[in-house]
Amino acid sequence: MSIAMPAPDADVIARRDGFITALGAIVPGEGVIADEKGLRTYECDGLAAYRALPLAVVLPETVAQVSAVMALAGEHNVKVVPRGSGTGLSGGALPLTDGIVLGLGKFNRILEIDYANRCVTVQPGVSNLAISQAVSAAGFYYAPDPSSQIACSIGGNVAENSGGVHCLKYGVTTNNLLGLEMVLMSGEVIRLGGKQFDSDGYDLLGILTGSEGLLGVVTEVTVRILPKPSSVQALLLGFGDVVDAGDCVARIIAAGIIPAGLEMMDKPAVKAAEDYCHAGYPLDVEALLICELDGPAAEVSELVDRVEAIARESRATTLRRSQSEEERARFWLGRKSAFPAVGRISPDYYCIDGTIPRGKLAHVLARMRELSAHHGLGVVNVFHAGDGNLHPLILYDAAREGDLQKTEALAGDILRLCVEVGGVLSGEHGIGIEKRDLMGAMFTEGDLKQQQRIKCAFDPAGLLNPGKVFPVLHRCAELGAMHVHHGKLPFPDLPRF
Amino acid sequence: MSQTLRPASAEETRQAVAWALGEETALEIVGAGTKRAFGHAVAAGHRLELAALSGIVDYEPAELVLTAHAATPMAEIEAALARSRQQFAFEPPDLGPLLGAPAEHATLGGVLAANLSGPRRILAGAARDHALGLVMVSGRAELVKAGGKVVKNVTGYDVTKLICGSWGTLGVMTEVSVKVLPAPERTRTVLVAGLEPSAAVACMGRALSSANEVSGAAYLPAAVAARSAVSYVASAGAAITALRIEGPPISVGARNEALRALCAGDGEIEELHSHNSATFWRELRDAAPVPADAAAVWRLSVPPAAGAGVLAALEPSEGEGWLDWGGGLVWWSCPATAAASAVVRDAAQASGGHATLVRAPDALKAEVAVFHPQPAGRAALSRRVREGFDPRGILNPGRMGPDPLGTD
Ligand SMILES: Cc1cc2nc3c(=O)[nH]c(=O)nc-3n(C[C@H](O)[C@H](O)[C@@H](O)COP(=O)(O)OP(=O)(O)OC[C@H]3O[C@@H](n4cnc5c(N)ncnc54)[C@H](O)[C@@H]3O)c2cc1C
Ligand SMILES: Cc1cc2nc3c(=O)[nH]c(=O)nc-3n(C[C@H](O)[C@H](O)[C@H](O)COP(=O)(O)OP(=O)(O)OC[C@H]3O[C@@H](n4cnc5c(N)ncnc54)[C@H](O)[C@@H]3O)c2cc1C
Repeated sequence: MSIAMPAPDADVIARRDGFITALGAIVPGEGVIADEKGLRTYECDGLAAYRALPLAVVLPETVAQVSAVMALAGEHNVKVVPRGSGTGLSGGALPLTDGIVLGLGKFNRILEIDYANRCVTVQPGVSNLAISQAVSAAGFYYAPDPSSQIACSIGGNVAENSGGVHCLKYGVTTNNLLGLEMVLMSGEVIRLGGKQFDSDGYDLLGILTGSEGLLGVVTEVTVRILPKPSSVQALLLGFGDVVDAGDCVARIIAAGIIPAGLEMMDKPAVKAAEDYCHAGYPLDVEALLICELDGPAAEVSELVDRVEAIARESRATTLRRSQSEEERARFWLGRKSAFPAVGRISPDYYCIDGTIPRGKLAHVLARMRELSAHHGLGVVNVFHAGDGNLHPLILYDAAREGDLQKTEALAGDILRLCVEVGGVLSGEHGIGIEKRDLMGAMFTEGDLKQQQRIKCAFDPAGLLNPGKVFPVLHRCAELGAMHVHHGKLPFPDLPRF
Repeated sequence: MSQTLRPASAEETRQAVAWALGEETALEIVGAGTKRAFGHAVAAGHRLELAALSGIVDYEPAELVLTAHAATPMAEIEAALARSRQQFAFEPPDLGPLLGAPAEHATLGGVLAANLSGPRRILAGAARDHALGLVMVSGRAELVKAGGKVVKNVTGYDVTKLICGSWGTLGVMTEVSVKVLPAPERTRTVLVAGLEPSAAVACMGRALSSANEVSGAAYLPAAVAARSAVSYVASAGAAITALRIEGPPISVGARNEALRALCAGDGEIEELHSHNSATFWRELRDAAPVPADAAAVWRLSVPPAAGAGVLAALEPSEGEGWLDWGGGLVWWSCPATAAASAVVRDAAQASGGHATLVRAPDALKAEVAVFHPQPAGRAALSRRVREGFDPRGILNPGRMGPDPLGTD
């Protein structure tokens, strides 16, 4: 546990009781949780190695309540941690001991389904899957589909800019979002975008998406829905060498094909998945690809032929195409149960998330094997191959002294490797606390300060989810200071009027 | 004395901004200047011309990413992409001719700074959806990196999106990385003749709600259609509703049939093949049907289903126009008067959308805001965002309006 949170404000903790009474006046009854047992439910998110008990949890039901809670917290210098369903994997919803958790679980209504404009407006606590389910009968769906879609909230998706296996073709949350309503730390309610394609003025919608709960609390979301494709088919492709598999991915894309999904698993992942759910995966392969194509039936069958030919050229040793919906589901079964499958072969596992240029795949996998041997911990790889988004799962045992530290060290090395080859620290799970202290591998202090100046515009007192994303907290007054040098005209030799 | 600074590197760009900061003077940021007539005149004594920041830095087709210096001409980039049968899927418009500048001079940085997207926006997203990362010089004269060079990235705030559409008021882009996608092998456009606006929007809605991956949906009243360079459109003698499909030939064939069947009851049907389709959609992309003598040209972004209603609401302004984006984008030309402008703004506002004054005489722009006025809270927030990037307001001050976005 190497990540330190900001020192709690003792004064705020001392005033806890009075603050909780004031909260109760805004959100009556069971909307305020202050007993230890109740607070335990909220002590962590999906990054369960880190836990803390907040001052209180508040579960408002109206935007007016959210606004009043935020304004009250601001007046009392109390920090606020927004929380959706708590499935985040980077610790974004980790409570602060001198702050409240503002849970959006009661914002669970679908407000409007507008087929004419092909969009849906929902409250932020609605689950990702519920949106697709609500419009399914009419032939529509909401495209971004994180594996956690049964549980995760759309507000959390906006905050994390979540992706899914279909985002290569259909984009991540930010590409499918039309509008939102948010409450600032001051209690001010602001609406961005609407039902039109482009929002006007500065792209605040774009900056809010992926802001990890640091800029505003999202209280309403409008997303685009798409007509379901008329046909879907998947290929299961096995390779004797990861280089061949990587080559196949590059060739598919170079041939002008953008599959709906293009997933890779390495040998240990294939073995774990097969042992767990008997999907019928070949066990004699070093890498397995699942390539899914969707669209009009004529297109899908033609593209499946083309991908099959490319796979042959790339020396695929296993080549199967789904002949039925049932078989397609079976191809996906192993991939989709990769996490629980790994959970069975190791007491604990730690999922990391980085993106690399696709062409660096074989190199990165080879280096990862070396790092894994160096740290003495196994690594299993599942991978959104189409967009270069890696999810290495590090196998460890939390009960074993020092294992978690070793795991974090290995994760850090792998993520630095991603950056080194031209990639980034996170493709879809966010920075949170988990990767906070690695931000320096990708950004200079100046880059990070510029990002924090955006936060100052939204939350000048720094009370909304502090301690996340940025390794060093600066006061806004300090960030605003500027040293101006009066100097000569630069590069006087250049021609000018 | 007015200076024109022509930096040849990111560091020189930074020095130029640092100089302006020291002099307490403002800079007008110019790529190729093709969109100088768009937006309010910049209140700056000096020009920062970026033309020397040109050239593709890195382009590997299999990575689906292109990195280029900010002032690289779009024409050069598009030629490079075409050689690998790829494209920018957001179909960047070339508004040069509309704005009295030459065609094919626009730069990549300018396209992103204006967040301009063409007809394919309904399927593929806007310019901002394709911008992956950038290097820029802030108004604090600091080189800042944002985003990355890979297609999937949530590391830190998405500053790249904020810079797109900020018209050079937050930072001077020096290098950008943009997502690229395969270019379609074949295109067909299904034309339905003779629809009223409301029937056209309903027809486009049906097409866009079908599984046919429609990549363009536009409605041209008869007078507008008559100005097309494509004879199938110009000689129809009727309003034209156009639906585009792109992809592998087999798929395009099947979807073409499906769409024809879907629209069979609506009116007379024709189709455009790839070549004619390219001409037609390029016209719409670049707003070519705007009459040369149009006094004021507006671009309205509205909920798609509201398109027909917005056209009706615009009528009192005595202009003409057409719908793109399935009804979600309205191009409208009308007299350059305050009264006509009020009609346009109200029509956009009532639909829940917004209106931008793309082309107008300076006199009108002195009276009417180019960019849609924002509610006070959002305007104040935008101003605070700007203060974080350009506290002294030295980058393109006034471009987006004296207030709320331009601290001048
Ligand atoms: C009988 C006839 C009907 C036509 N109808 C239309 C029409 O309804 N709308 C329209 O826009 N243009 C029409 N054309 C014009 C003609 O299809 C284009 O000018 C042609 O060059 C198509 O090329 P493309 O790249 O635009 O189309 P694509 O369909 O993309 O062309 C793909 C390939 O098929 C070839 N090809 C396409 N059509 C024909 C054809 N009819 N005969 C032989 N080879 C062909 C092209 O040369 C090209 O090599 C017609 C031409 C003919 C002879
Ligand atoms: C098994 C599993 C599989 C997963 N698969 C994927 C995947 O395929 N793709 C993917 O992208 N992610 C995946 N995730 C990660 C996670 O599900 C997503 O990040 C999700 O979007 C989080 O939503 P949530 O409602 O649980 O948010 P939480 O965990 O509650 O919160 C996440 C962050 O968002 C903030 N937040 C939440 N709601 C709001 C709001 N209304 N306003 C402002 N800020 C808010 C929080 O403060 C926090 O910083 C997976 C997680 C698990 C456990």
